[in-house]
Amino acid sequence: MSYGLTAITVLWTFLFGYLIIASIDFGAGFFSFYSVVTGHENKIHNIIQRYLSPVWEVTNVFLIFFVVGLVGFFPDAAYYYGTALLVPGSLATVLLALRGAYYAYSTYGHHKGHNRLYMGVYGATGLLIPAALSTILAISEGGIIHMDEGKVGISWVNFFMNPYTWSVIVLALVSVLYISAMFLCYYADRAKDRAAFQVVRGYALLWSGPTIAASLLAFFQINRQNPEHFQNMLNMAWMFIASFLCFAAAIYLVYRQKRLGLSFMLVILQFGFAWYGYGRSHLPYILYDQISIYESITSETMAVAMISAFVLGLLVLIPSLVLLLWLFLFNANYVRGQSR
Amino acid sequence: MMSTLDPVLMSRILTAVTLFVHIVLATIGVGIPVMLALAEWRGIRTGDKHYILLARRWARGFVITVAVGVVTGTAIGLQLSLLWPTFMKVAGRAIALPLFMETFAFFVEAIFLGIYLYTWDRFKNKYTHLLLLIPVAIGSSASAVFITSLNAFMNQPQGFELVDGVFTNVNPFLAMFNPATPSKVAHVLASAYTTSAAVLASIAAFSLLRRKDHPYFKKALKLCVISTFVFAMTTILIGDFSGKFLAKFQPEKLAAMEWHFDTMTEAPLIYGGVLDENNDIKYALKIPYALSILAGNRPNTEVIGLNEFPEEERPPLMIHYFFDLKVTNGVLLVLIPLMFMLRKRLPGKKPYPTWLLIGIFALGPSAMVAIWLGWFLAEVGRQPWIVRGYMKVAEAATTSPNVGWMLLLFILLYIVLAVSAVKVLSRLFRSKSAEEEIAQLGWDPEGGRGQ
Repeated sequence: MSYGLTAITVLWTFLFGYLIIASIDFGAGFFSFYSVVTGHENKIHNIIQRYLSPVWEVTNVFLIFFVVGLVGFFPDAAYYYGTALLVPGSLATVLLALRGAYYAYSTYGHHKGHNRLYMGVYGATGLLIPAALSTILAISEGGIIHMDEGKVGISWVNFFMNPYTWSVIVLALVSVLYISAMFLCYYADRAKDRAAFQVVRGYALLWSGPTIAASLLAFFQINRQNPEHFQNMLNMAWMFIASFLCFAAAIYLVYRQKRLGLSFMLVILQFGFAWYGYGRSHLPYILYDQISIYESITSETMAVAMISAFVLGLLVLIPSLVLLLWLFLFNANYVRGQSR
Repeated sequence: MMSTLDPVLMSRILTAVTLFVHIVLATIGVGIPVMLALAEWRGIRTGDKHYILLARRWARGFVITVAVGVVTGTAIGLQLSLLWPTFMKVAGRAIALPLFMETFAFFVEAIFLGIYLYTWDRFKNKYTHLLLLIPVAIGSSASAVFITSLNAFMNQPQGFELVDGVFTNVNPFLAMFNPATPSKVAHVLASAYTTSAAVLASIAAFSLLRRKDHPYFKKALKLCVISTFVFAMTTILIGDFSGKFLAKFQPEKLAAMEWHFDTMTEAPLIYGGVLDENNDIKYALKIPYALSILAGNRPNTEVIGLNEFPEEERPPLMIHYFFDLKVTNGVLLVLIPLMFMLRKRLPGKKPYPTWLLIGIFALGPSAMVAIWLGWFLAEVGRQPWIVRGYMKVAEAATTSPNVGWMLLLFILLYIVLAVSAVKVLSRLFRSKSAEEEIAQLGWDPEGGRGQ
């Protein structure tokens, strides 16, 4: 495997990690806010809070890791995206900032009851951030970033008039709510909290239909946007079929209310197949037609140093993450709220 | 209107504003875990529960500052590529490694801080919980080390060859461990520990000034003030190494800092003063030989003057004031704690005289101002270069016309964050006083040795 391919696989995997844990976080923020507004808070608010409190900080690091890795392995890609994305990137940064800060204020600050402003900021950004970040996938299909007299420019008309852009945004919104609800089903079930379980099970079933519809919509919009990419996707159609089968099995298990751990694993597989299928068919381009994984890798010594640092980093990271999950996700007493 | 403003200047201001906000939180983020460990360790070892409560109350406020620090850190991380794409494209080839490793350190810190905050009563052995702070402290200090080494590279680049505007033959380790790295890293770490101890000392002094004379506050004061003294002494010692480093490797910065125009031996140190249009120094305090001693430990060390450098490569002369003010604050951070330690021999014989408490209360703000000044000095002193000797700031910035608007947006964001964070923190500490909490936990007012 070439350095470029190794690097993009590593980065894509971290972005997948971010997709899953950030979706849980973003969706939970929205449900949490929604439950406060509709007065269901006693049912699900506590369980969401108990999960999110120890892990929210880690979520952000996944995103930074991806950005830094992209700059490190593919400086040219960073140059194009960095120049073109000043405005949307800054807006996403501001939203992330407000979200992180207001989460901490509402969780660790001292309040009698819930502060609706803090919860509102938290819930709204939970939907706006995935919408903003997902547009980068649309931009990466090409036709939006262009070179103009040696300067990088971005065509906002092409961006906003493009149905693919909107289908990706819709897909991001509904899948965030779906992933999050499916995870909360599992977590509520482990906590043996029947009331919360019934609420989040409703959410999960509600959002499953729109998720698969939006996936199909985005799938066919790629054909209009970038036929070459679409053809590549058809060549590995089995990955998308596998994704659909995982989806069907996961929803069946939630519907029958059994084996919810397996059900959430299937959700991860569902998005895993789709994510890697999409990514693999996008290769060798990082930005369609302009940046490929072959031309922009850093020098060989740097690539070796980066990959070694990555392996050493994983040796520290994986046990730490396992410890975190073991203490807060798989510890029955903590999940049920019997120990702090 | 906004879109016609110079993107280079706007990018510089936006980066400066972000770092101005972030450095406060980053400094606290590096130093507080060490103070938490110190307090909790003392509490476990002596059986004095006041120290445990101290660690708990600090941790409650700390998590708010960490949250805001994470978001401003995310902002600077993304802004590097958004505002300085050309810099990242060219220099990214040399500095990717420390940047990448910094995120791992950050990961470790984030994971273990989450665990630390939620497991106060979870382990039978009290030391188990304390041990969780080790990865937190290592993670936060290591991220400071990596990110500072990157900054050191920008000051003292090495480990590559420049061929047709591309960094080739990169040796990432030479780039990371450049000559500026050791003194810079040590100075950043020591000053972060000093500042955190000083900020916590300010809080304790504030409580005592409000006529709270519970032993809890006196213990907090003593622990923090003595830590401030030790860390500040270390910082000053390392600062002296930095001066010698500059004299050898970056003489134009030292010369601009000291308004030292002509190369000479037995160079005097200039404190304060103003420059007239002919660059003649007025109203300054001149300490004979001191600059030569600072630069090389001997009065006859030759110190290179600013006149040796072409005018367009000289740093702005205002950094002289940054340096003087920074050093003044550094000296206060040693003197005031020293007076606290000698308080029983001071005239008046009051154990906690009000003027001394006011002085200690000023330590936190003064340390923070010194941090800002130190970074202004380091960064403005590198102008006009972004990678000294290789790339000028003007070549590195984005060409996007919208930086002015983004500057406005982020200034607004930082004002909102700062105001709300201060509000939340003050409410947090006022909502339940330490005395109330001690009474509620049923501990005797002396803290109780043993159980």
